[in-house]
Amino acid sequence: MSDAPLVTVDGTPLKVSLGRAKRKAKIRALLLVAPLFLFILLTFFIPIMSMLLRSVDNENVAYTLPNTADLLAEWDVDSGDLPDEAVFAALAADFKAATVSKEDDINATKVGTRFNYEKSGFRSMFRKTNKIFEKGGVEPPYKEAFIKINKRWGDADYWRVMQREMRGKTDSYYLAAVDSGYTDDGERAMNKPGKRIYLKLYGRTLGISLLITCICLLLAYPVAYLLSILKSRTSNLLMILVLLPFWTSLLVRTSAWIALLQKEGVINSVLVSIGVIDDANRLLMIHNATGTIIAMVHVLLPFMILPLYSVMKTIPPSYMRAARSLGATPFTAFTKVYMPNTVPGIGAGAILVFILAIGYYITPALVGGQSGTLISNEIARHLETSLNWGLAAALGALLLVAVFALYLVYDKIVGIDNMKLG
Amino acid sequence: MALPAYAGTLETIWYYLFRFICALIFFFLIAPIVVIIPLSFNAVPFFTFTEKMLTLDPEGYSLRWYKDFFSNLNWQGAVKNSFIIAFFSTIIATFLGTLAALGLSRSEMPAKTWVMGILISPMIVPLIISAAGMFFFYTSIGLASTHVGVILAHAALSTPFVVITVTATLVGFDQSLIRASATLGANPTTTFFKVIVPLILPGVISGALFAFVTSFDEVVIVKFIGSYQQRTIPWAMFSGLRESISPTILAVATLLVLLSIGMLTTVELLRRRNEKLRGLSPG
Repeated sequence: MSDAPLVTVDGTPLKVSLGRAKRKAKIRALLLVAPLFLFILLTFFIPIMSMLLRSVDNENVAYTLPNTADLLAEWDVDSGDLPDEAVFAALAADFKAATVSKEDDINATKVGTRFNYEKSGFRSMFRKTNKIFEKGGVEPPYKEAFIKINKRWGDADYWRVMQREMRGKTDSYYLAAVDSGYTDDGERAMNKPGKRIYLKLYGRTLGISLLITCICLLLAYPVAYLLSILKSRTSNLLMILVLLPFWTSLLVRTSAWIALLQKEGVINSVLVSIGVIDDANRLLMIHNATGTIIAMVHVLLPFMILPLYSVMKTIPPSYMRAARSLGATPFTAFTKVYMPNTVPGIGAGAILVFILAIGYYITPALVGGQSGTLISNEIARHLETSLNWGLAAALGALLLVAVFALYLVYDKIVGIDNMKLG
Repeated sequence: MALPAYAGTLETIWYYLFRFICALIFFFLIAPIVVIIPLSFNAVPFFTFTEKMLTLDPEGYSLRWYKDFFSNLNWQGAVKNSFIIAFFSTIIATFLGTLAALGLSRSEMPAKTWVMGILISPMIVPLIISAAGMFFFYTSIGLASTHVGVILAHAALSTPFVVITVTATLVGFDQSLIRASATLGANPTTTFFKVIVPLILPGVISGALFAFVTSFDEVVIVKFIGSYQQRTIPWAMFSGLRESISPTILAVATLLVLLSIGMLTTVELLRRRNEKLRGLSPG
């Protein structure tokens, strides 16, 4: 036997040859995954990341008012004086440039709206000033001219906000998303108790989601148990009752609940006709938190039943019989032997339902009314109605962090690879 | 499981009570879906049963909402869009998803958990966030308010379902079959079409059905990146429920329930066939 390394037929050492084959196999696997990976990256991942960047983005301000931004950076905000004439002159030049600019991103009124998120009064101040400049502008001395247009130009508090928000990045959207902001002295602080809306909304979203998860668990547990102990012919039949809602369009189920729950709806009519309630006191079960909870429990229940069922299916019935034969009461046998075995299923189902619930939009939007809307609905409102996209992005980023944390927990418990459907 | 012979009175009561509770929960699951079917034949524009309906008077029932659905251009456009968008996004998602699942199930695949995490993320990220991100991005590259944009967005949303179902099929896949096929003289292409495809086909088809339903049922993304020209059935239902509530929505809902019954049956049949193929269940 020689010490020479093993070689393949063509003379290359076996180790090299094997390594090459392995690398080839690796590349082949990567090539199969690559198209989808790139596709998701382009159509999904990058769009979301770039949207999240909006939550700190403030470039547009300095882009519209470049000269002012340069000069104002040097102004000492704590001096108590207004910025000097040069700053006002730069501002006049910027306004002038903005009125003639053809670029969409250069728009003084938009900047005013942006500042208005920080301190009210900016919007009208910028709109009015812009109008004057569209008509021709002002003559020096600029400081007096500006203050004549709107006296807020003479208020150092407004200039403080402008100086702060001239920077390219801002934290004010995130502050607003947690009900905070800058005081007139430039300190970060919580809003007054009456003006704290988002924390309350996050709290409500978490609370409603938790409640939905608990109700789903309570309803799913007996059903999954029954399905797991029945003969497979019967349980397959009953499984249809679980899978049919799962496959039915979300909009169908939501409209069904509207038909059932509304004031003139099926449930109220039945209750009135059998005399449980009288016609004047019909139950308000929709356009409030109750409606959201009922409809969402119905929508999400299959997501709890299916993982529970697949875990319960694997628990041998002999466990319970063994416990009983050793003298346990049915209750003890259930709580000490059966239940601990179902914990993985409970974990998987609960986290899945919770993740889906905190990001829910459609059902709360249709049946939630005022008290039953969740954080997603507020994000949609800022995207569609108030057009405060930075705040929408900040609220969305916080939601995403929560979902991502839960996703990691889910991965720990179930493993992403073990996720099953249907 | 029948009641054991040694059960006492209390246990017997619990046995029947438990079944009763389960029946109630099944009722909760299925009743809302069943109730819309008779309601969609309502002769008057209400979302509730009229007295005539309850006394089974034929005058209380009519097909007017179905007629409305089939003659209304708003709805017909929505049906057409729904099928076009779902069809193309399903093809993209199934093709890319199956390829990726084949790669992911190979033991040589590096960084599997990370790649899988990113590929599954469209299923986990709240829809409103996906919709917002896509809205800005697709607007900036000129794909907003186009069919192509909605199709791409839906394909991205549906791929996780394909990846998951096909990967699950491949878990029981015997890799030595590929080697066996190769030693018998088949080239990789022949092996793929004659050995791999027939075995994973049930998984691919049910993945495709999941993808189809995901797109067919999706409304948030269409609402944000589409316009009226891209309106789908859920889009039309959503705006219908928000504005003028007409029982036509219930007629549409009934038709959609029939569609989902069809889908459910197909998936169940495929699942059984798959189990039979892999010898997991007898007969």
